Amino acid sequence: MDYSQFLVMKQEIGLLVVFLLVFLYDTFMSKRALNSLQGVSIIFFGLLTVCGFCCACPTATETAFAGMYVTSPVIACIKNILNVGVLIVLVQSINWNNSEAQVVRRGEFLELVLVTLFGMYLMISARHFLLFIIGLEAASLPLAALVAFEKNKYESHEAAIKYILTAVFSSAIFMMGLSYVYMLCGSLYFGEIAAQVATQQVSVLLIVALAFVVAGVGFKLSLVPFHLWTADVYQGAPTSVTSYLSVISKGSAAFAFLVILTQVFGAVYSQVWEWMLYALIILTITVGNLFALRQTNMKRFLAFSSISQAGYIMLGIVGNNAMGMASLMFYILVYIFSNLAAFGVIQSIENATGKLDMTDYRGLYKSNPKLSFVMMLAMFSLAGIPPFAGFFSKFFIFAGALSGPTSIALYVLVLIALINTIISLYYYLLVVKAMFLSNDEPVIPTFKSACSERIGMWVTVAGIVCLGIVSCFYNEILTICQQYGLLGGLA
Amino acid sequence: MFSNPLIYFVVIPVIMLLGIYLSRNMAQIRTVAVAGSLALLGLSAWLLVDYLGLRAAGADAPMLYRGDWTWFSAMNIKLSVGVDGISIAMLLLSSIILLTGSFASWKINPLPKEFFLWLILLSIGVFGFFISIDLFTMFMFYEVALIPMYLLIGIWGTGRKEYSAMKLTLMLMGGSAFLMLSLIGIYYNAGLHSWNLLEIAQADSIDHTWQMFLFPMAFVGFGVLGAMFPFHTWSPDGHACAPTAVSMLHAGVLMKLGGYGCFRVAIYLMPYAANELAWIFLILTGISVVYGAFSACVQTDLKYINAYSSVSHCGLVLFAILMLNTTAMTGAIMQMLSHGLMTALFFALIGMIYGRTHTRDIRQMGGLMKIMPYLAVCYMIAGFASLGLPGLSGFVAEMTIFVGSFENTHTLNRVFTIIACCSIVITAVYILRVVGKLLLGPVYDKHHEELTDATWWERTSTVTLIICVAAIGCFPNFFANLIRTTFSPEIFKVLGM
Repeated sequence: MDYSQFLVMKQEIGLLVVFLLVFLYDTFMSKRALNSLQGVSIIFFGLLTVCGFCCACPTATETAFAGMYVTSPVIACIKNILNVGVLIVLVQSINWNNSEAQVVRRGEFLELVLVTLFGMYLMISARHFLLFIIGLEAASLPLAALVAFEKNKYESHEAAIKYILTAVFSSAIFMMGLSYVYMLCGSLYFGEIAAQVATQQVSVLLIVALAFVVAGVGFKLSLVPFHLWTADVYQGAPTSVTSYLSVISKGSAAFAFLVILTQVFGAVYSQVWEWMLYALIILTITVGNLFALRQTNMKRFLAFSSISQAGYIMLGIVGNNAMGMASLMFYILVYIFSNLAAFGVIQSIENATGKLDMTDYRGLYKSNPKLSFVMMLAMFSLAGIPPFAGFFSKFFIFAGALSGPTSIALYVLVLIALINTIISLYYYLLVVKAMFLSNDEPVIPTFKSACSERIGMWVTVAGIVCLGIVSCFYNEILTICQQYGLLGGLA
Repeated sequence: MFSNPLIYFVVIPVIMLLGIYLSRNMAQIRTVAVAGSLALLGLSAWLLVDYLGLRAAGADAPMLYRGDWTWFSAMNIKLSVGVDGISIAMLLLSSIILLTGSFASWKINPLPKEFFLWLILLSIGVFGFFISIDLFTMFMFYEVALIPMYLLIGIWGTGRKEYSAMKLTLMLMGGSAFLMLSLIGIYYNAGLHSWNLLEIAQADSIDHTWQMFLFPMAFVGFGVLGAMFPFHTWSPDGHACAPTAVSMLHAGVLMKLGGYGCFRVAIYLMPYAANELAWIFLILTGISVVYGAFSACVQTDLKYINAYSSVSHCGLVLFAILMLNTTAMTGAIMQMLSHGLMTALFFALIGMIYGRTHTRDIRQMGGLMKIMPYLAVCYMIAGFASLGLPGLSGFVAEMTIFVGSFENTHTLNRVFTIIACCSIVITAVYILRVVGKLLLGPVYDKHHEELTDATWWERTSTVTLIICVAAIGCFPNFFANLIRTTFSPEIFKVLGM
């Protein structure tokens, strides 16, 4: 075996090294040195992120292990986006991890996050379904441990049980689908399956197999009707984990979904899964929105909002071209920043006062003007209000969806999605209304957020303001997608 | 980039934002707001003079002061600016109303700093919209102008403000959802890989079937903001609950964005569908003209009366645009100017009266002429402008519109022109009813007798607006010529005239 192949996996290896360093530091260092554990891990991870942008970035499509693993500038780019998100999540979680109940477990938190990230890397880079399953499992099972992280809280346990049961069940369905695919095509390589799918007659078995595969990944993305775990898990999990779950896990799954649909089953797009995708998108956006309307718990509220956002992300697949793919990646990037800004505020308030209900946010502007300002920007960005980044990502995802061959069905789909943005604007404005319009005396007293939380907020606010207006981010993503686009990743 | 004068319409408000953010007390905030709006007014006045000079010297490009700066290169989205007579008229209108609005919010309370920040953010949207000719940038500025309304009405409004703010925001954003789809559709179907208005209009390459699909969406999208029936219901509630300066800016300028957009995007880019589908919208706008006027007759709240009157007058703008001929379109633009100034004057006066009497119900007021003669006279002038007294702006605009509408010989157009003409009479009914009840007659409430007349900042605000209303009324030709230079041969080519 040619061991130099491992060099292709620069980012994965870098992540493993960071993981080992954190693990060793956590295990062997003195109690005093452990106080700087989080700082050290963030520095290591930050270095890895920076490396991802410069030296570890491949210049062309490279494959390893007989085509099981592939990396290209596009794939490196989505991994970098995830890295940036994880970095923010880690910074935001410092204060919570230093709290009395968590302090003994903070090493585990870091390690579990890094392991799941490793799994997501594999999901994104896999070009063989076995490797993909390893990634999928590595990204799901440790997350259940993370969800159950607040050992003494009942909700946390309940959420973890719900999460792990659905995770296991959906991977079972996924593998069932794969066995059908294997039966039809005789291979688990993406490329070979794609070739077989393109030549064979469309059979019922293929449709069933595709449906099973979609269900399996749809669970990670919390697409409706595979979303039922989302609200309870988001609510029960510690807020740092919820924010990780809602942006990083979702972002990686969305990209993996794009890869599977377009590269494995791309040939039968219009025959088999175009309508399936339309239905999924409409259901996801609408159901997510309608359920979000009545939520009062902030975390549940953002859970449903994130379900509907997943529907918007899916619109990037509809275009089935480089522009759609670039819009999808840009949407994930912007979504990471906007959602993390919202979670940053929620977390900061939760850590200081333990309040999580939307009614508690009444009059927040009077007691904590800066926090409510950050929250407002996050809500506006999620709702797609210019000049914030969310507007640009929404515009491009719609433009990307329509960039394919013109058809009236596509326009109807986008119109439904657009009408849904109005519903979503309503509930995002409810938060703004509670914070700014309410004349009640503020429930939450004035407090000072921890330094780490403020850094997190500054970074996310900078992202919300700059990512859209400064055009180079989208231009860059679109350029590499056009250059190394979809087929460039095939073995 | 900064050598282009138009860019300063966005730069100055941004500097104002910074200035207000840094101010420490009310006096500084006022200084920044007034100085900034004066600078904007000066800039638009200079632009007007310079533009006329250039046109006189023979510049015949459809848009002058053109500038293009690439923004999203891959999508070919640019920050393109350029103005013609219509945009200059609108810029002038916006800066006048921003100035008078700042005077009208002299004593805004609470949170004066935040109020002015949002107000100026709104004006960035308005100015940006009028200078851009790139569909994407235009749409972005359009939405920038919409969202501050939510907070402005929600925080500083009166009455059922939370309900009204939400209703207004959602309805307008609903309109912009249609608009966004339509704009993306225009981009792809024109097949030019360009978002530039002028290029798309010149090529006229949008497939006719697609025009029939995209035109209604664009027209409805902008029409919602232009208070077209049946999408006008945000307007009365929104205007009634908004604070004075916001009502002024919203009715005076923001509703003009609707009319301007219908003209500049929907009709200009999709002339075929405009010709085919005009009748549907003609019926709708005809209804808004008459329905708005009738509704105004039965209202008792001063702001509601004026809001419904705005529905009627703005309906007339869209109505005239749909006649698709030069005279009516000139009238439409004149009406935008006239209505913008007049309604701003109305809302300013209502705000001033309400600030004194603490009621807007006309049944609980009377004989104000004896108590506050200055404000009462101003109110009368505004009323006369509204019902079309010659010498004031309303007459010129409505006259031009109806003459132009009658030029269109189609039966349906004729019928609706006659129906719309009735609105003049109905307008007289509700204006005179208010004037009679509110200003004349005995003093209704004895407590009102101690009230004072206008202060100096209120006088500044109203006098400025009255001068402008009278200027349009007395020198209509000047404005008509300014606007006519816009209707370059290209538009007539695409309209088939």
